[in-house]
Amino acid sequence: MLSLIIFLPLIGAILIALMPRAATGLMRWAAIGFSLVTLVVSLVLLFGFNNAQAGYQFVESYKWIEQYGIGYKLGVDGVSIWMLMLTTAIFPIAIFASQGAIHDRQKEYYALVLLMEMATLGVFLSLDMFLFYVFWEFALVPMYFIIGVWGGERRIYASMKFFIYTMAGSVLMLLAIMYLGINGGTFDLVALIAKNGLWTASAPLFLAFAIAFVIKVPLFPFHSWLPDAHTEAPTPGSVILAAVLLKMGAYGLIRFNLALFPEASKQFAPMMMILAVIGILYGAIVAFAQTDAKKLVAYSSVSHMGYIVLGIFSLNQLGIQGALLQMVNHGISTGGLFLIVGFLYERRHTRDLSKFGGIWGKMPLYGTLALLFTLSSVGLPALNGFVGEFVILQGAYVSNSLMTAFAALGMILSAAYLLTFYQKIFLGESRDVANDKLVDVNWREVLAVAPLLIFVFVIGLYSLPFFNAMSASVTSLLSASGMAMR
Amino acid sequence: MQLFYISPILFPLLGLLINATLGKRLGERAIGAVASLMVIAAFIVSAMVFSQVGALPEGTSAIPVDLGIPWIQVGTLTVPFGLQLDALSATMMLIVTGVGALIHIYSIGYMHGDPRFQRFFVYLNLFIASMLVLVMSNNFLLMFVGWELVGLCSYLLIGFWFNNIKNAEAGRKAFVVNRIGDVGFILAIMAIFVAFGTLTFTDVFSKVATFGVNAPIIVGITLLLFVGATGKSAQIPLFVWLPDAMAGPTPVSALIHAATMVTAGIYMMTRAHVLFAAAPDTQTVVAVVGALTAFVAGSVALTQNDIKKVLAYSTISQLGFMVAAAGLGAYVASVFHLATHAFFKALLFLAAGSVIHGMEHLSHSKHGAHGDHKEPIDPQDMRNMGGLRTKMPVTFIVFLIGSLALAGIFPLAGFWSKDEIIVAALSKNILVFVLLGITAVFTAFYVGRQLVMVFFGKPRTEDAAHAAESSPLMTIPLIILAVLSAIGGALNLPGVGSLGNWLAPVLGEAEAEAFQIGVAGFFTVLSIAALAGAWALYRNAYAKADDKDPLQKLGPLYTFIKRAWFIDAIYKDVVVKLFYAACSFLARVFDIGGIDGVVNGAGTLVQKASGGLRKAQNGFVRSYGLMMLVGVVVIVAWFVYSAGAR
Repeated sequence: MLSLIIFLPLIGAILIALMPRAATGLMRWAAIGFSLVTLVVSLVLLFGFNNAQAGYQFVESYKWIEQYGIGYKLGVDGVSIWMLMLTTAIFPIAIFASQGAIHDRQKEYYALVLLMEMATLGVFLSLDMFLFYVFWEFALVPMYFIIGVWGGERRIYASMKFFIYTMAGSVLMLLAIMYLGINGGTFDLVALIAKNGLWTASAPLFLAFAIAFVIKVPLFPFHSWLPDAHTEAPTPGSVILAAVLLKMGAYGLIRFNLALFPEASKQFAPMMMILAVIGILYGAIVAFAQTDAKKLVAYSSVSHMGYIVLGIFSLNQLGIQGALLQMVNHGISTGGLFLIVGFLYERRHTRDLSKFGGIWGKMPLYGTLALLFTLSSVGLPALNGFVGEFVILQGAYVSNSLMTAFAALGMILSAAYLLTFYQKIFLGESRDVANDKLVDVNWREVLAVAPLLIFVFVIGLYSLPFFNAMSASVTSLLSASGMAMR
Repeated sequence: MQLFYISPILFPLLGLLINATLGKRLGERAIGAVASLMVIAAFIVSAMVFSQVGALPEGTSAIPVDLGIPWIQVGTLTVPFGLQLDALSATMMLIVTGVGALIHIYSIGYMHGDPRFQRFFVYLNLFIASMLVLVMSNNFLLMFVGWELVGLCSYLLIGFWFNNIKNAEAGRKAFVVNRIGDVGFILAIMAIFVAFGTLTFTDVFSKVATFGVNAPIIVGITLLLFVGATGKSAQIPLFVWLPDAMAGPTPVSALIHAATMVTAGIYMMTRAHVLFAAAPDTQTVVAVVGALTAFVAGSVALTQNDIKKVLAYSTISQLGFMVAAAGLGAYVASVFHLATHAFFKALLFLAAGSVIHGMEHLSHSKHGAHGDHKEPIDPQDMRNMGGLRTKMPVTFIVFLIGSLALAGIFPLAGFWSKDEIIVAALSKNILVFVLLGITAVFTAFYVGRQLVMVFFGKPRTEDAAHAAESSPLMTIPLIILAVLSAIGGALNLPGVGSLGNWLAPVLGEAEAEAFQIGVAGFFTVLSIAALAGAWALYRNAYAKADDKDPLQKLGPLYTFIKRAWFIDAIYKDVVVKLFYAACSFLARVFDIGGIDGVVNGAGTLVQKASGGLRKAQNGFVRSYGLMMLVGVVVIVAWFVYSAGAR
């Protein structure tokens, strides 16, 4: 079933590649269709997912390159289940929202997006380190082209930076994977975890993985590729980048760093927490000074992802479960904000915050939708962001109350920069005559953000099923590594 | 049965949904009716809950309500969807829904013709629901949900006329300043969880005794809770958002920024009184900060010319009284004053709204428009008024009653509740007593000044001369509130102490401060003297709108006070400017030049170093990326090969 989920998008991509170039409508619907079927299959899987089981479920294991202990092994557990669901849910939305943003080379575009979906699903579902690495690196390629071909003015610079920066980070991880595979005699993650304590060099190995992952997250000070990539990427690219790609880094930290190197994790936790807190505050402060709407949202990601790293390296149940939920939440609210900014960009062809003003009066429904996503990102209680943020902070408080006090200041800053963002676009008087002709969102745009908005409320008011599904796996991860249970 | 107890929250939410979805088709009257009826329904249920609480058997103090499904459950942290319905929350429910219903009805008249009439009532209903979550919840985190949601409503309603950027700015300022307090509150909640292992009120309070008096953790928790209260209840140093919040429509000022939301901090401290009682050190801080706030804000109210600004500073000052009372441990007095203040300050704001409406009558009949466009004269500036006594007789009478209640004149509501606080201060903290005592005199003076400037003398502008009385939709709620302001003291008359008895199951049997005829008489005389002084000073002060204020004779002191002790100016010109500069530096210099500079520098370096070896610098970026990928594949292949060869 997991293979089906991973390779359905690939089949879609191949079919689209075979279609005649002029059949753009067919391609779009094929892409939407295949991503929706993938979503449906993953929903069926979710329905059969056993919350009480701590280990991997739906495991598929085949021998691949036997002599090196490399296998084709997939599985899903409480750590990856919501990453899987987030990915299969975001892609149809991003593809659906592509119509306004992508006008040429649609064949290549839709094929690449589906390849992207395949790669990210592979990352979240692989239980073999080698297989994981293949998907991890492969995920770079479609995004490189999406930014480089369909991006904005500085797309070449941004895509190159994205590609080289993140690949440079992965090289060390590759070495570490090789080291583990050769010394452990297998690339099977579960088997390798069982051998932990075997690695004398656990600190360098930890760092080799961590560098690859924190660049992807991105954690301060490794974030500078992100604002460029986000700003230049077309809207659906930004959505996928923020909602799914960044999560690969955070997921990797939990799946590999914590599980494989528990002692080194404890050793480096204070450092990671400090960087996370700096990231929370720094991202927010820098976001405050931005004049480009997309850049502002990009820096808000740096801040928000800081909370996630903070939660992970609290090394307790609250922190990690909060981080996992917040990964979903960030995908929803930041993905939503990029869509929202995209709607305006498609109308005005600018993202300069000084060119707007008073848009709420001109586009009442749009203004309301934007407000809800903004508030979700602010972390307003009763909406999704608060639940994750609070549980993370509570977990961090258990580990280190002083650092948490600094992290909590991010609550003030996020209100400041996000409400300023909202005010500059939507409130006051219009600062440009071009705003007079704006028309409100159409049904297609509403339909694109509606599913996200539903989950803004669902998670905010009823987080129980989300936490319940991850609880057993996180508990066993912590107890296996001898970490605090709280 | 659970549904019944939650219904006060659900009714306004239902109204919100109806008006948000169907409002466009309903029209003004129907929108107003739906919104108001929902709040009235919530009021009726609240009254039933109130009587049920009263009928609880000896030994039980609350009706337990729990939905059974927790809101958050992770590890040992469980946050239930649960309610704490006891004497304290039932009292607050009555105030919130009662005053809320009156203000809803009033708003139908006040907001008539506004293009965003529908949105106004959606927000107002959301506010009532949020405020009820705040007062009804049975744990700290759910209380925080209501706490933040009322903040959101406040933000939306202050900036309601958002086309004017000043209103939007005021809303944002309120939200951000409140968030400073909220960080204190949320840190307190986390500390409570770590110390007590739970966030549910009854479980936390039952364990407080194990910590002993002034245990550092309890002092820390209570100080952080108090930081939260200084935000929402506008105390020093976070009060600066409230005067600006007057940018919202006047019913909002009455409901949110006078009667209900701003008292949330007092409610929270009263709710957590067991914690505060275990931290006398915090109590002292609370009492002194409250008294200082009362004093500073009371002084500023002496000098304001905007009819709503006077009331805003007065509200901060009166909240200071309540906070001081909480700090003194006189929670009954605090809640008593909270209730009477809700009546007379809501009355004063609504009456001020009626005055503003009256002042706008001329320009409206000229332009036939309503909205937030610039008026030729400021209809809120009291210097432009005068002589409205005869133009708006109902408004005048109710304003007079509200003012005298605020000034603490016998036998109106404010007299009794303020007296209780002052008596408590006299026996517990002399500094607090002196500050509050002086403030009481200030209060009578600025009330007198306001009455004279608005209602007496001759009209000083065309607009004042043509002012007209407001419609019954507005005056009837005013009359009801005026009656409550007059007789509200009966809630807790000395010797009878019904409020004290009523709250005893929650707050414990507090020794009621004996009514001291000497103290009461002393302050009554002082207040009357201050009123008389204001009359004497201002009766002939303004012949024209641009005459000088008699207090200007105080020179620099007058300016200092009028500018609210320059506290806001310091924030604006020092703190905020520094913050902006830091943001700008980090974003434009450090991030681009520093962090990204290093990254790009490293990239260039690698490119240059490898440039000689391979002809990659052909500007063809894709080949560069491809080379990287090929390189990686080669490395992988080599590793796999070498591993296999071993």
